[in-house]
Amino acid sequence: MALITPLKTAAEQQLVEQFASIKAELPGAGAMRKLREEAFAGFETKGLPHRRLESWRYTDLRNLVREAMPLARRPARPQAVTDRLALQTIAGTRYVTIDGIFSPGDSDLAGIPPGVSVRGLAEAMTEAPDAIAAAFALPEVARDDSALMLNTAFAQDGIVVEIAPGTEVAQPIVLLSLGSGASEAAIVSRSLVKIGAGAKVTIVELHEGVGAAPVQLNHATAFIIGDGAEVEHVRMVTRQRAETVQVQSLLADLGAHVSFDSVAVAVNCGVLRQQSFLRYGGEHSRAALRGINLLRKQEHSDVTLVMDHAAAHGESRELFKTIVEGEGTGVFQGKVIVRQHSQKVDGSMKSHALLLNDGATMFNKPELEIFADDVVCGHGATVAQIDGDQLFYLMARGLPRPQAEALVLAAFVGEVSDMVSDEGVREIVSREIDCWLGQRDGAPKPGAA
Amino acid sequence: MLEIRNLTVKIADEDKQILNGLNLTVNAGEVAAIMGPNGSGKSTLSYVIAGKEDYEVLDGEILLNGENLLEMEADARAAAGIFLAFQYPLEIPGVATMTFLKAAMNAQRKARGEAELLTPDFIKQVNAAADKLGINRDMLRRPLNVGFSGGEKKRMEILQMALLAPSMCILDETDSGLDIDALRIVADGVNALRAQNRGFLVITHYQRLLDHIVPDTVHVMSKGRIVRSGGKELALELEKNGYAAYSEAA
Ligand SMILES: Nc1ncnc2c1ncn2[C@@H]1O[C@H](COP(=O)(O)OP(=O)(O)OP(=O)(O)O)[C@@H](O)[C@H]1O
Ligand SMILES: [Mg+2]
Repeated sequence: MALITPLKTAAEQQLVEQFASIKAELPGAGAMRKLREEAFAGFETKGLPHRRLESWRYTDLRNLVREAMPLARRPARPQAVTDRLALQTIAGTRYVTIDGIFSPGDSDLAGIPPGVSVRGLAEAMTEAPDAIAAAFALPEVARDDSALMLNTAFAQDGIVVEIAPGTEVAQPIVLLSLGSGASEAAIVSRSLVKIGAGAKVTIVELHEGVGAAPVQLNHATAFIIGDGAEVEHVRMVTRQRAETVQVQSLLADLGAHVSFDSVAVAVNCGVLRQQSFLRYGGEHSRAALRGINLLRKQEHSDVTLVMDHAAAHGESRELFKTIVEGEGTGVFQGKVIVRQHSQKVDGSMKSHALLLNDGATMFNKPELEIFADDVVCGHGATVAQIDGDQLFYLMARGLPRPQAEALVLAAFVGEVSDMVSDEGVREIVSREIDCWLGQRDGAPKPGAA
Repeated sequence: MLEIRNLTVKIADEDKQILNGLNLTVNAGEVAAIMGPNGSGKSTLSYVIAGKEDYEVLDGEILLNGENLLEMEADARAAAGIFLAFQYPLEIPGVATMTFLKAAMNAQRKARGEAELLTPDFIKQVNAAADKLGINRDMLRRPLNVGFSGGEKKRMEILQMALLAPSMCILDETDSGLDIDALRIVADGVNALRAQNRGFLVITHYQRLLDHIVPDTVHVMSKGRIVRSGGKELALELEKNGYAAYSEAA
C-alpha cells in the first residue's frame, strides 16, 4: 500500500493547481490523458523528490524548487534564439525545440534522411494518443520517480524520431533544445527515439539556454532500441543560467545484441540532475554510459544511473569524469542491478573526480545489486586533486602553472570525450571543454599553447 | 654559473631535514659529477634546484648567473635555463608527446620574448633530435612517457634537453635503465651539448657513465652535504673503495 505524503510545499500546491487548470489543454486525448492523470495522481502521493529518498539524497528538488514556475507558452522568439540558431552549426540534420516546443520552421524537415521519420510530440500525441501513451511507459526501476511522473503529466511537446529497421543513418540527428529564457517558466518536454532492428544512428541532444531568465526544466528522452541496432548518443547541457534547475532523464530499453554508447556532458549547467535508467531487455547487449561534468561557482551536477540487467550476457561500462572548482558539487550514484536469471553479466562502473580547491565537493556512491551468481561486476571511485608531481614535471619544462593545469585537466576528461566516435560531434564537445578550461582564473588564452 | 651556498632543506610537511648546509659551484662549461650513497639527498638537491614544492628551504641560496632561483616558480627557472632530467620521469596519460614538446618549447620562447615556432620547423627539429637519440617516431605519437620502458623514458628526457637547449643541465641517474648501446647514444647526446656557456651536474652511481661523459669535477655527497670534491680520478677511487670513508665525515 502506498504511503500518502501530504503535499507540503508551496511549489507542490502550485503544481496541483497548475495541473487542474491546464490538463484539458495538454495534447493527447484518450489513453494519453488517462496516463497523465495517473502520473499526476502518483505525484500527489509522493511530492517533489527530496533528500530523504536514497536516490535523490544529494539533490533536494523539494528544497530547490520553492515556487513552481508557470508552464512555458510558445514564446515570441527572442533575438538571442535566432542568433544562437545561426551559430549552432553541427554536421547532421537538426530538429529544434524552443522552450520544449517543437519548432518545425527551424527544423531540417526537408533533409530528413531516408528511413527516418521526425515529427513533433504534441502532433503525434494528438494523432495517435494510444501509441504515444504506450511509448511513454516507464521502465520498472523508474516508476517510483516523481520527477518522471511530473514529466509524464505535463509534457507539452518534444520530438519523435523513428528509424526504420536496417537503416544506417550516415550523419548525426541533432535534437537542439533551446531555452529562450524570455521569462521564468517551467519547460516540460519529452523526446521519443525508436530505433528499428539492425539500424545504426548517432543521436545528439544539445540543451542550451540563451536568455536571461532562469527556468525549471524537466526533460526526458526515451530510447526504444531494436535487436542488433547500434546507437551512439551524446547529450550536452550547456549555457544554463546559474539558477536554472533541471532534470534530464534518459530512458533506454535495449533489445538483444544492441550496442548503445552514450556520453553526457555538462558544462555551465546550473543545477542539474541527470538520471539514466537503462533496461537490458534482450541478451548479448552492451551499453556504455559515460560523462563529463565541469563545475564551478555553485553549479551542481548529479549523475544517477540505474543499469537494470533483466537479461543474460549483458555488458555495461560506466565512466564519469568530474572536475569541480569554486563551490561546485558533483554527484555520482550508479546502481547496477543484475536479475536472478541474468547470468554472465559483465559490468564495470567508474567515477573519477578532481577537486581544484577546498570548497569543491564530490559525492560518489556506486552500488551493486546482484541476484545472479555467474557475473563479473566491479566499481571504482576516486576523488583527488591535480597530481602535483605531474604538474611539477610540466612546469619544470617551462609551462606556466595555468597551462600545465589545463593540459592535465584536458587529458583527464579527454579520456571520455575521445570516445565520441562521430568526429564533428567530438569536436563540439572538445570545444566546450576547452572553452571551460579557458575560463579558469589565470588560464592561458587560446593560442598560447 | 650555478652557485649553491649553505643550502639547508627539509621536507615541507615533515620534520625531516635532508640537505644540511650544502655548498657547490658549477662553472660555465664545466661538467660536475655528484656521487653518493642512496638516500644522501642527491635527487632532493636536483628537485630543490628545479623548484619542486614539497620542500622547505630553511637556509641558504641558489644562484644561476647571479639570479636567485629560490624566488622563482619551476617554470620561471626553466625559462632561466635550468633543466632537470628526472631520475623517474613522470607518465602523463592523455597528453600527447608532440603537444607537450611544442607547448614546452613555445612557453620558453615566449618567456624569452621570442616568436612561437612554426609547426613545420618544430616537427623538423623534433625529428632530427629524435633520430640522433634513436627514438622512433611511433613513440612521439604516444601519450607522454605512458608505457615507455625505463630506457625509453630516459632517452625522452635527453630529447627534451636537446630541444630546450638549457644553460644548466642536471641529470639525475640518467644512466640507470639504459642498455649498453643506449648509454653510449645518450652520452653522445650529452657530449654534443657540451659548450662554453653551459654547465652540467651529472648525478650517478657508476663510473661507466663517466667513461663516456668525462667530468671536470667530482663531488661526494653524504648526509645532505658535499663532503669531498676532486677531479675525475675521485670517481675511480670511489668505485674501488666505496663510501665507507665518508659515512663518519658527515
Ligand atoms: N617527500 C619525501 N618524504 C619523506 N622523505 C623523503 C621525501 N623525499 C625524500 N625523502 C628522503 O630523503 C632522503 C634523500 O632522498 P633522495 O631521493 O634525495 O636520495 P638520493 O641521494 O637521490 O638517493 P638514490 O641514490 O637512491 O636516488 C631519503 O632518506 C628519502 O627517503
Ligand atoms: Mg636519487
